[in-house]
Amino acid sequence: MSAPGSSAGRAAGSKPRVFLVDDHGMFRSGVRSELAGTVDIVGEAADVASAIPLIAVSLPDVVLLDVHLPGGGGQDVVSAIKTAHPAVRFLALSASDAPEDVIAVIRAGARGYVTKTISGTELIDAIRRVAAGDAVFSPRLAGFVLDAFAAGDSAHLDRPSFDPELDQITAREREVLRLIARGYTYREVAKELFISVKTVESHVSSVLRKLQLSTRHQLTRWAAERRLT
Amino acid sequence: MDQANAVGGPPGRAGHGHWTARLESHGTRSARGPASAGPLRRARDGRVFGGVAAGLATRTGLSVGLIRVVLVVAALITSGYLAVPYVLAWLLIPAEGADGNIAAKALADKRGIGLAAGLTSVLVVALIIASALNTPWVTSLSVPLIICAAGLVLISRNASEEELAYLRSLAGPAGLTPTAPRSRRVLRFGLGALLIIFGLYALLRGHERLALLVPLAGIMLLVGGVALALGPWWLRIAREAVEERQARIRAEERAEMASRVHDSVLQTLALIQRKAGDQQQVIQLARAQERELRAWLFDGRAPGSMEGQAATIEDGVRLIQQEVETQHGVAVDAVTVGDCALDDNLSALLAAAREATVNAAKWSGAGTVSLFAEVEPGSVSMFVRDRGRGFDPVTVPADRKGLAESVRARVARRGGSATIRSAPGQGTEVSLVMPRCAGDRIQGRP
Repeated sequence: MSAPGSSAGRAAGSKPRVFLVDDHGMFRSGVRSELAGTVDIVGEAADVASAIPLIAVSLPDVVLLDVHLPGGGGQDVVSAIKTAHPAVRFLALSASDAPEDVIAVIRAGARGYVTKTISGTELIDAIRRVAAGDAVFSPRLAGFVLDAFAAGDSAHLDRPSFDPELDQITAREREVLRLIARGYTYREVAKELFISVKTVESHVSSVLRKLQLSTRHQLTRWAAERRLT
Repeated sequence: MDQANAVGGPPGRAGHGHWTARLESHGTRSARGPASAGPLRRARDGRVFGGVAAGLATRTGLSVGLIRVVLVVAALITSGYLAVPYVLAWLLIPAEGADGNIAAKALADKRGIGLAAGLTSVLVVALIIASALNTPWVTSLSVPLIICAAGLVLISRNASEEELAYLRSLAGPAGLTPTAPRSRRVLRFGLGALLIIFGLYALLRGHERLALLVPLAGIMLLVGGVALALGPWWLRIAREAVEERQARIRAEERAEMASRVHDSVLQTLALIQRKAGDQQQVIQLARAQERELRAWLFDGRAPGSMEGQAATIEDGVRLIQQEVETQHGVAVDAVTVGDCALDDNLSALLAAAREATVNAAKWSGAGTVSLFAEVEPGSVSMFVRDRGRGFDPVTVPADRKGLAESVRARVARRGGSATIRSAPGQGTEVSLVMPRCAGDRIQGRP
C-alpha cells in the first residue's frame, strides 16, 4: 500500500502529471494558474461521468478531486478508476469539511485530503507527496482521525474488534497526528519528535491504511453521528 | 514543556510589539530518565501533597510508591515526627519550574509568620489542657503537629498560584472550601459532632463524676487567663488575616479586570490606530466597542468571555474562528477533537485561547492561524500556532499585558498552564492546558 520510493524517482525527476476534477470552472482555472510551471496539467473534468473516461485515457500521476461533484461524489471516481489503474493516485480537495464526505473519499482510496483554502506552495507540496506514494493529511483530517480513533474508546468497545492491529492507532501515530492537527508540517513534526521526515511519512501512511481498511465499528458510527448536524 | 524558550530577563523597550507581554522566566524541567542528574525539585506531575516523594523518585530513580510507603511507615513509627522534615522539605525545596523555594518568600511575609505564631500559641494552650486531662496520646502527637501546622500556614500563604489551585482541588472533596457542595459540608459537621460526642464520653468515663469538676474548673480558669492575656493579639492576627484575604481578592479582581480591558478596549484602540485611514471601519470598530463596554458595565456581560455564547469547547472554538476571521481578516484553521461542556475553568481556557488567536492574527503577519483543541478525560489542551514573524520574548516591553495577563495568568489562576514558544522569523505557538474536574466526553455533536 505504502511504498515510499517506488515512484518517487519519477515524481522527483519530472513534473508530476495532474488531472483536475472540480465542478467550478473558476476554481479549476485558479488552480491551473497557481500550479502552472510546477506540474503538468493533463486534463480536467467537471463531473463524475466525464471524469472517468478522461482519466482512464490520460493516466495522470495524481488526480485532484473535489469531494462534492454533480452525478455522484468524489469516491465514485476513485472506485471506478482504482481497480483498473492502481497507479493513478487521488488527492481529495474540499471546501465543506463534512467528516462523512472526507472519510468516504479516503476509504474509497484517496491518498490524502486538503482543504481548498490551502496555499499554492502547500498544494504543490501535497501533490508531490501523493505522486511519490505518501499520504497527505490536513490538520482537519488529522483531527477527524484522532476523534474517530479516540483513546478512551478501546476501553469500552461494545463489539470485539476483528483486527486489533487495524482498529487502533499507536501512541506514536497519535502523537504525529496531534502535531499535524496543531498545524505542523511533516518537517516540523520530524524536528519536534526527533525522527526523520521519512518516518513521519511512514506513520501517516500507516494511519491512512488503517483508515481505509479498518472495519472498526466506531468509525462508521462516529461518521454517522456527525452526519446528524 | 519546553525549556528551549525559557525566557525572562530585563524587559527592554522593543522596536516591534508583536506579542504584548513580559514573559516570566519559565525555568527548566528535569530531564526524563531513571535518575536525573539535576538538582532535587518537588515534582509537579504525580504529586499527592507537596510533590516531595515524587521529586525524590525522579532524582533517585526509585519507585515513588516505595518512597511513599517508607515515608508513611516512618511517620507512624516516629509518632508523627517525620512529618516535620516533610513539611520542611516542602518549604525548602523549590517546585519544579519555579525560581526559588517557598521559605524565601515566607521569610518576607511578616503577617504569615505572625499567623503561624498565633496558631502555634493556640495549639500550645490546647496541648497544656490536654496534658492536664492526662491524655498522653494527644501530647505525643502534638509537638510535630504544631510545627507542621505552622509550616502549612506559611506554605498556604506563599506557594505559587498553580500549587495553591492544586491544593484547593485537594481540599475540595473534604468540604474545606467555602464553595463546597452542601452534602459535603453536612458530612463535615456530622464528623465534627461525632468527635465531640466521643470526646465528652471519654472525659466522663475517665474520671469519677465529681472528680471531673476539679480539672474542668482548672481548665476554665486556664482558658480564661490565656484568653485574657493573649486574646487581643489573636484577635488582631485573625483580623489581619481576614483583611489580607480581602486585599488579595481585590488584587485578583483588579488583575481580572485589567485583562478584560486589555482584551476589549486596548485591542480595539490598537485596531483603530492601524485602520486610521478608513473612516467607515473606525466608526464601526468604535461602535462595536461601545456596545461591548456598555454590556459589560451595565449588564455584567464580560467582554472576551464566551459566557452565554458557547456551551461546549467546540462551540467556543467556532466562535473564536468566526470572530477572528471577520474582525482581523486572517484565516483560522480550527480543529477540535472530542468535546465537553464548559465550566468556569474551561471558559477561562477558551478566553485565553481567544486572546492568543487575536494576538497572532494582529501581530504575526501570517495569513493563517492554526487553532487546535483536544478534550481528554483528564484535561483540555489548546494550541494556537502561527508561521508569522515570531518574536524574541526577552525584548517584549513590560507594559504590554497581552500574553502575561490575558493568557498566562488567566489560566494559572485556574490551575492550568501556558507555554509560549517563539523566535524571530519562526512563528509562535501558545500551548494551554487546563485540568478537568468532571463531566463526560461528548461523542459527536449534540
